[in-house]
Amino acid sequence: MTVTLTPVLTARWDQADSFTLRNYEKADGYKALRRALQRKPEDIVEMVKDSGLRGRGGAGFPTGMKWSFIPKDSAKPTYLVVNADESEPGTCKDIPLMMADPHVLVEGVIITSYAIGAKHAFIYVRGEVLHVFRRVMNAVAEAYESGYLGQDILGSGFDLDVVVHAGAGAYICGEETALLDSLEGRRGQPRLKPPFPAVAGLYASPTVINNVETIASVPSIVSGGAEWFRSMGNEKSPGYGIFSLSGHVTKPGQYEAPLGITLRELLDLAGGIRNGHELKFWTPGGSSTPMLTAEHMDVPLDFEGMAGAGSMLGTRALQIFDDTTCVVRATARWIEFYKHESCGKCTPCREGFWWMVQILERLEKGEGTEADLDKLLDMSDNIAGRSFCALADGGVAPVVSSIQYFRDEYIAHFEHGGCPFDPAASTLFAQELGAKA
Amino acid sequence: MTDLNDVQPDQAATSPLDDTVRAEMAEIIARYPEPRSALLPMLHLVQSHQGYVTPEGIELCAEVLGITEAEVAAVATFYTMYKRRPVGEYHVGVCTNTLCAVMGGDAIWDDLSEYLGVGHDETTEDGKISLERVECNAACDYAPVMVVNWEFMDNQTPESARELVDRLRAGEEVASTRGPRVCTWKQAERVLAGFPDGRATEGVAAGPASVVGLELAHENGWTAPEGGQRELGGSTK
Repeated sequence: MTVTLTPVLTARWDQADSFTLRNYEKADGYKALRRALQRKPEDIVEMVKDSGLRGRGGAGFPTGMKWSFIPKDSAKPTYLVVNADESEPGTCKDIPLMMADPHVLVEGVIITSYAIGAKHAFIYVRGEVLHVFRRVMNAVAEAYESGYLGQDILGSGFDLDVVVHAGAGAYICGEETALLDSLEGRRGQPRLKPPFPAVAGLYASPTVINNVETIASVPSIVSGGAEWFRSMGNEKSPGYGIFSLSGHVTKPGQYEAPLGITLRELLDLAGGIRNGHELKFWTPGGSSTPMLTAEHMDVPLDFEGMAGAGSMLGTRALQIFDDTTCVVRATARWIEFYKHESCGKCTPCREGFWWMVQILERLEKGEGTEADLDKLLDMSDNIAGRSFCALADGGVAPVVSSIQYFRDEYIAHFEHGGCPFDPAASTLFAQELGAKA
Repeated sequence: MTDLNDVQPDQAATSPLDDTVRAEMAEIIARYPEPRSALLPMLHLVQSHQGYVTPEGIELCAEVLGITEAEVAAVATFYTMYKRRPVGEYHVGVCTNTLCAVMGGDAIWDDLSEYLGVGHDETTEDGKISLERVECNAACDYAPVMVVNWEFMDNQTPESARELVDRLRAGEEVASTRGPRVCTWKQAERVLAGFPDGRATEGVAAGPASVVGLELAHENGWTAPEGGQRELGGSTK
């Protein structure tokens, strides 16, 4: 089968003022909601289960199953929380989605809330994207004015209030339990699981937390049906998803395709690696997914394919680096990020990344030794799996994978007495800087 | 450069946390099932009035929510967007996370920091511009990326960055490369507290990189399979 793109979530992004209610309704917006409200909530849950939709925030947990964990007889209210704290390095899909088409998210929120029995939903948007926050707030306000939110929605008897909430700058709040603590007005620090949020989430009440793209996929599944959704992608990774290409690629940007597309196919669509250069390394789903190399260009970009290659699909954030990029510099910078963003709760993560930064700094300057590489790997073993949340596991990914694939380049740094790369050559404006490339 | 505590009175000027602010805080609290959830937006509100999280702001949040000042301070110090000292009227961020750094963010940072004579978390003497090395801002397809008061400035170069801060210092109107006219730091913080400023419809729906795949699909006639109007399975209620 030839590769084609399948715009569903991105389909309206090129239309002027696509973010307004008027234009969303013109494009059949909120029809899925009308249809959903005719059905029993449990039918919607079943349908999403049948579709095989897996969480689009990185972990890939089956969405319908997550919804079905909400206890039926809880005395406490049920909440829906949308994780719109997109911060994983390389990930840049939810931000343009909310900017261009916030109503598809709002419609997804209403349908999902109806399905799980929530009367209160929250959209937690990271604070550093002011205009995105404006657009989502505006969409929610428009939805209230038109009777899609509030009391007795479209005469169905279903009530729902939605709060759009701004974060304040903390990567860790993308971790679902840290997000809940943050939304409760506390420092964003992860909680020990169990209990899982489905049992004791926001205000210790049953809570579903889903990523923006997951929730935004719900209206199209209700309209098109589970079979339609499954007609894209493959058995274990069905449906479409947004693939975000960035870095040394001719046409970086958002490409919506069935899961299972390969990097080679995506690069063909994006005009290849920038002129005169070759692919060196790439991340399939953000910096927390182990990096891969040119030998992995034909591995399907789906949950199983990436796991089979020793990495993870993550958020389909394909950061692409060519032969001008120093992998030691790239790794050192990522570890500085994890050090900065560690919430400080767990010792291995808080202390481990702090030490790793110092070792990587001296390696980058050519002052390290081969023993430092072994030390980094040993530390990775002592950080990953020994902390409350996945920040620790994700943070060691660039260290372990870069040493796996580029050990010689680390060694070249101290044999060369410094970094053998010209940082100017890797920039987008390399020629103006008179780089050697 | 100058210490942030010494910025000129205009930029450091704070408006008092009076009854109006208390009423706004009550409005924020009313959005949530439990009052304490209002703390993050309340701290944004404090910054919108006083430019940063002042001791007075911490006291007021604690009093209004019935929690201790230590509890408020613990939260305020956890998040990077809450500032402990006044920032510039235009807070400029340069992404120096790996991808942007490699694509030119490091070169932009070095040049701009030297040009302005200020480093990370420092403000120019005229109080107009403060600089911050920011982490990934979810715009990697537009690398190297900068932000001004949390509005996107895509595909920057050292030259465009200098021009940007020159225009901001000269008081010219500056627009995001795919968003609205840039407002002041305090105005931006007010929006983040949940008080709209009427600019939601400014700017394009999506920038060029956001639609590159969609345009390719249009050119080639590619679409998702027909969704049909398939009825939902299961019984009607």
